Amino acid sequence: MTKPIVITGVSLYGEEAADIVIAKGEIASLSAADAPSGAVIVDGSGLVALPGLVDPHTHLREPGREDAETIETGSRSAAAGGYVAVHAMANTTPVADTAGVVEQVWRRGREVGLVDVFPLGAVTVGLKGERLAELGAMAQSDAHVRMFSDDGMCVSDPVLMRRALEYVKTFDGIIAQHAQDPRLTEGSQMHEGAVSASLGLAGWPAVAEESIIARDILLAEHVGSRIHVLHLSTARSVDIVRWGKSRGVKVTAEATPHHILLTDESARGYDARFKVNPPLRPESDVEAVRAGLVDGTIDVIGTDHAPHPDEDKDGEWAASAFGMIGLETSLGVVQKTLVDTGRLTWRDVARLMSEAPARLCQFEGHGRPLAVGEPANITLVDPKRAWVVDPRGTASRSHNSPFGGIEMPGTVVGTILRGAVTHAHPAFGGLGK
Amino acid sequence: MKHLLSTADLTRDEALHILDTAQEMAKTQEREVRKLPTLRGKTVVNLFFEDSTRTRISFEVAAKRLSADVINFSAKGSSVSKGESLKDTALTLEAMGSDGIVIRHSASGAAERLATSGWIQGSVVNAGDGTHQHPTQALLDAFTIRRHLGERSDSTGLDGLTVTLVGDILHSRVARSNIHLLTTLGASVVLVAPPTLLPIGVETWPVRVAHTLDEALDAFDIDALMMLRIQLERMSGGGAAFFPSPAEYSRLLGLDAARLARLPSHAIIMHPGPMNRGLEISAEAADSPRSVIVEQVSNGVAVRMAVLYLLLAGEAEL
Repeated sequence: MTKPIVITGVSLYGEEAADIVIAKGEIASLSAADAPSGAVIVDGSGLVALPGLVDPHTHLREPGREDAETIETGSRSAAAGGYVAVHAMANTTPVADTAGVVEQVWRRGREVGLVDVFPLGAVTVGLKGERLAELGAMAQSDAHVRMFSDDGMCVSDPVLMRRALEYVKTFDGIIAQHAQDPRLTEGSQMHEGAVSASLGLAGWPAVAEESIIARDILLAEHVGSRIHVLHLSTARSVDIVRWGKSRGVKVTAEATPHHILLTDESARGYDARFKVNPPLRPESDVEAVRAGLVDGTIDVIGTDHAPHPDEDKDGEWAASAFGMIGLETSLGVVQKTLVDTGRLTWRDVARLMSEAPARLCQFEGHGRPLAVGEPANITLVDPKRAWVVDPRGTASRSHNSPFGGIEMPGTVVGTILRGAVTHAHPAFGGLGK
Repeated sequence: MKHLLSTADLTRDEALHILDTAQEMAKTQEREVRKLPTLRGKTVVNLFFEDSTRTRISFEVAAKRLSADVINFSAKGSSVSKGESLKDTALTLEAMGSDGIVIRHSASGAAERLATSGWIQGSVVNAGDGTHQHPTQALLDAFTIRRHLGERSDSTGLDGLTVTLVGDILHSRVARSNIHLLTTLGASVVLVAPPTLLPIGVETWPVRVAHTLDEALDAFDIDALMMLRIQLERMSGGGAAFFPSPAEYSRLLGLDAARLARLPSHAIIMHPGPMNRGLEISAEAADSPRSVIVEQVSNGVAVRMAVLYLLLAGEAEL
């Protein structure tokens, strides 16, 4: 049985200070006067409490690529980053396109128990974009899948996309699109622009993303379905989503931390740690994505945590894999780019990284208010404890962080899932883990 | 200078120093005994992940004329095609002891990765990486231009000259290398290509652009005309082809007898080889007295001797 915990004088959402009394997995009180006997008392002064973070976009690699990540190592990395729930993408081996595979991932997540692991299901069999996977079976499985995505691949066939959008209404599902026109991006290596021209790397044009987003918003409007846009990365993508919302289309969108901090200039030097899909874009796009987060056009922040072993990242750029890890750096990047610059409050961060993703992904018990009677899913941040990212110093099995050497202004010092401490920063041993 | 990876890394002084050294090297090649003892005891590895007999032989001749030991390592199939990785190949060569590695690779950036990843101690010469750079080609082109047109320039560089590159700029490492080096040496660069064969972002380059060869002949006083090789596969691929047909390419961009006649009388014609005669260049042009294409090949040896010498011999006297 987990001991009761009392965190005193902690700033809720970066606003007023309160004490959080945690007992029996719930927030029992917001006054230390109600602390049960035997409770662990922790000084929370100077810390910010947020509802436990929810990552709508994680690659855990299990089953199939346990050399890159396992559900266990990925869960530990997530907890270290302040996450209490993650949405595990379907591009595993075998692909999560059957009830059997999604249940396996879901069960393994429960066994590890560090974060709630909710699997997405693939939209099409084998992510091949040819025919629908058995979406209903995955929805009705123990894993209770509600979001489907071929992430990594685009559902590019417009008829298939239309069918998927319509079909998932049966069980209030939602399709999450990896927007990338495959023909416009054959062999693409990085953002197409001045930097790709100079480096001689095949370009990934912004329009390959934007045209699919525009098409999908029109399709969703036509059939009256919801559509979620993964990792949008360009200024015009933000404009198109904003336009869709203004028309009343049920469109939501995600941005990643790397797309709000890094630019395509990082590709100079051909270090494949900066190779990601969609690619890092120029500063004007980066700024537009930040603005989209600030004005509410973009609904959620997802890490797109994509572990790869060293051998898939230390060769020639063209031979290296797309993707970067990000579970443990996401909050730091968001604080650095948006909070410390005065553009977002911690309450906004709670919305973008916990409340909105939990609602979007239909994770019950997550993204709830920091209030009495709610599940004790809490992320504690020390916004003044700066640290420099060491790609080797991660709980992830892989080390392909693009943020190595970059200083993050704040640190996740504690993560609590239903009253249990799943991560406690060494400098904050008081959490009694 | 430790490596030669990109002409963008060269200052004007460094570039001129290489060209001046190449001139000295060229002189030694007129002697009865052309072999110099300069790199005796040094090992140069020609690491070719991509077939290129011409470039490999040119480097091999250059290294041998400097008395280096030459090892040809033809690594067919890079890690792109699941062969041995670049890293393991590099560690192997390092373990065997090599002073310089001349690398040709189909992936842009491969030479830079080899030089900067800490796998090897020696010098790296980029002999062509993907669609990125081929610096010794640009140096031999500049050397050739300077030989023929140097007195028209008002400096020891190429100031005041206009060099026009025609063809597939998008995929050309020769073009990228030349644009940097020619600009550094003071020449003005004109690119001639259909918009499909120009990179997005070309507007940020220090060049002027025309879309047909006639347009360029009308608009610019051309001192040197460099015809690039067009890869035949760029015309196939159905909807993804970059232009409609070989005939149309020749019509808009080919150097035929009529266009040859329109060039100023002092202008020279260049081509990095191998040529597609009848496609980007006609036989009349290729074999005309103003063609310096064969001389480019011999200048290539002198320039590569200079580069290997400057990278590997330290401050030893020539």
